[in-house]
Amino acid sequence: MSGETILEVRDLRVSFSLRGRRLTALRGASLDLRRGETLAVVGESGSGKSVLAKTFLGMLDRNGRVDSGSIFFDGKDLAGYSKERDWLAIRGKRIAMIFQDPMTALNPLKTVGEQIREAAALHRGLDRAASRAVVLETLDRVGIPDPELRYRQYPHEFSGGMRQRAVIAAAVACRPEILICDEPTTALDVTVQAQILDLIKSLQRELGMTVLFITHDLGVVASVAQRVAVMYSGQVIEEGTVREVFYDPRAPYTWALLASLPQLGVKGEELYSIRGTPPSLFKEVVGDAFAPRNPRALEVDFRFEPPVFPVSDTHWARTWLLDPRAPRIEAPETVRRLRARLARGTDGPETAGGGGAATGGGDSVQGGAE
Amino acid sequence: MSREVLLSVRDLRVDFPVGRKTFTAVRDVSFDVYRGETFSLVGESGSGKTTIGRAIMRIHPASAGEIRYRDRRVSGRIDAASERLLRQKIQMIFQDPMACLNERAKIDYIVSEGLYNFKLFRDEEERKEKVERALRDVGLLPEFATRFPHEFSGGQRQRIGIARALVMEPELLIADEPISALDVSIRAQVINLMNRLKREKNLTYFFIAHDLSVVRFISDRIAVIHRGRIVELAGAEDLFARPLHPYTRALLSAVPVPDPDAEAGKRPAGYDPARAHDYSRESPAWREALPGHFVLGTEGEAEEWARGA
Ligand SMILES: Nc1ncnc2c1ncn2[C@@H]1O[C@H](COP(=O)(O)OP(=O)(O)OP(=O)(O)O)[C@@H](O)[C@H]1O
Ligand SMILES: [Mg+2]
Repeated sequence: MSGETILEVRDLRVSFSLRGRRLTALRGASLDLRRGETLAVVGESGSGKSVLAKTFLGMLDRNGRVDSGSIFFDGKDLAGYSKERDWLAIRGKRIAMIFQDPMTALNPLKTVGEQIREAAALHRGLDRAASRAVVLETLDRVGIPDPELRYRQYPHEFSGGMRQRAVIAAAVACRPEILICDEPTTALDVTVQAQILDLIKSLQRELGMTVLFITHDLGVVASVAQRVAVMYSGQVIEEGTVREVFYDPRAPYTWALLASLPQLGVKGEELYSIRGTPPSLFKEVVGDAFAPRNPRALEVDFRFEPPVFPVSDTHWARTWLLDPRAPRIEAPETVRRLRARLARGTDGPETAGGGGAATGGGDSVQGGAE
Repeated sequence: MSREVLLSVRDLRVDFPVGRKTFTAVRDVSFDVYRGETFSLVGESGSGKTTIGRAIMRIHPASAGEIRYRDRRVSGRIDAASERLLRQKIQMIFQDPMACLNERAKIDYIVSEGLYNFKLFRDEEERKEKVERALRDVGLLPEFATRFPHEFSGGQRQRIGIARALVMEPELLIADEPISALDVSIRAQVINLMNRLKREKNLTYFFIAHDLSVVRFISDRIAVIHRGRIVELAGAEDLFARPLHPYTRALLSAVPVPDPDAEAGKRPAGYDPARAHDYSRESPAWREALPGHFVLGTEGEAEEWARGA
């Protein structure tokens, strides 16, 4: 499953100017997207998921800028792109994005078919007849019945689920290498959501696309992704295969996120809940950004930012707990229960390479006692 | 153990005029809510779940059927005393706390609004006391009373919405999607808060939701609604362990669970009423298929589903 890296993000810093003040939305975010995979990006509201994705397309709002860091795609550093002309060769053509609200993505005054056709004609250099054929084929592929009729209809004549299919059709008609989905199903009913997730999965398989899927729903992550990146306050704090991150999470924020899920809670008992709020993005963060909300924080967490520690070949986390000098800290009960599932039938050899840290069942949160 | 029925809905129908025709949003809906329980109504958009909540609150009139609260009828024409009882003892919490809080009013006024409407205080001092207690109950500081809604986070705003309901000393809280818009971590706080208040104040909850995973955790009983009709009603664990109606099965299988192994290779069951049922000879009716477990179906269906469970 681990293909070559198609998009490599390193130490990306992005800030916005807001009424004379600077808001730092990304504070050195790093991420690897591998060819052919679906990578889910999760994190609470405001953690920077959408901002991160928008930097791949040159779609930051006008008051925002990339301060430092790199985004390598096909040998080029997109972080250095400034000219709209450069972006046109990428946006929509090689990297496409679909958004949460399908209505805003479609022009209400044009027929659905024509909008998709224009995009396809532009990006793939096709003439009218050829691009029309592509659109009809794509509408059919995304499961829109009666493509000929639907081609001539306006967005308001589509139901929510059909509209999202049309938006997906518009994105994939240009055969992008990377498809970014920003909460594409949040506004939909669960049964419709299941259909759209299924569609994205099958398109990815058939077209060999790489998918970056932004969501805050960990159920959706488990359903669509092979790998996950967890964001907190402008950084990716843990990245690994879905089994690694769900069954053997290492960063305290990931622990907290999983432990607060009602699906994993015990009925009648108090749910784990994260106290406090994320740090202000206007202020400089000292140490581990999650420390003030982490009841198990170490002294070092308040003073120094943790570096990236590898857990296995495919799994890393930014937490001082992974430092060999760190004391042994127990994960919450929910997380310990999850860890038992690691031992159960695996579908991938992700625990194989793993260096020193044992990932197997039981309760080994980094030994390393001197 | 005999349980007190707090709210009783019988054969409720709600019609809306659409041009010269009428659209029936809710039909043949019957259920009881017992004192002290959390009863959830789950359905997808347009299924009629919010309409039922609003019919109880008399925001929409019942076109047929009856709604009773304790020993009084509270649907149709009612007297002033019943109206007053209803407005005080049943309170509503909304999905989007932002939209229901007046942005220019201070928290003090927002929380007191119901008290003012019903003159539920002797003097300023008592009103202030009540507001303070409500804020403390939801874990907010009394000094927040002088601040404005926009100065609060989403989770805090949701607490303000709850405080505003609590100040009325209600018995029944109708919560329309109170947590679906919240982040995972804030959601956990609000769930814990609501569970604690339920214990401490012996509250009864009527939850309206589309998020089945959360509903399971908080509910004692769950009713599933599809196109304006309740298709299944059972104890929460029973419903998840033994969903009988094909729509409930489809709905449950569509919810992705945060467990990669469980999701691998899972195929959601679809639901197509035309293919799932043959109601040409016998109309579906409300039946007890298993003890305490009700379904909408024909006699044959109910037996078959119960056998398969
Ligand atoms: N144009 C802008 N000007 C100022 N601040 C901005 C702008 N765009 C985004 N931000 C800020 O950057 C931070 C990260 O925002 P982002 O939209 O990436 O969050 P997110 O993780 O996608 O959250 P959500 O889950 O709510 O969509 C937030 O604090 C947001 O307010
Ligand atoms: Mg976003």
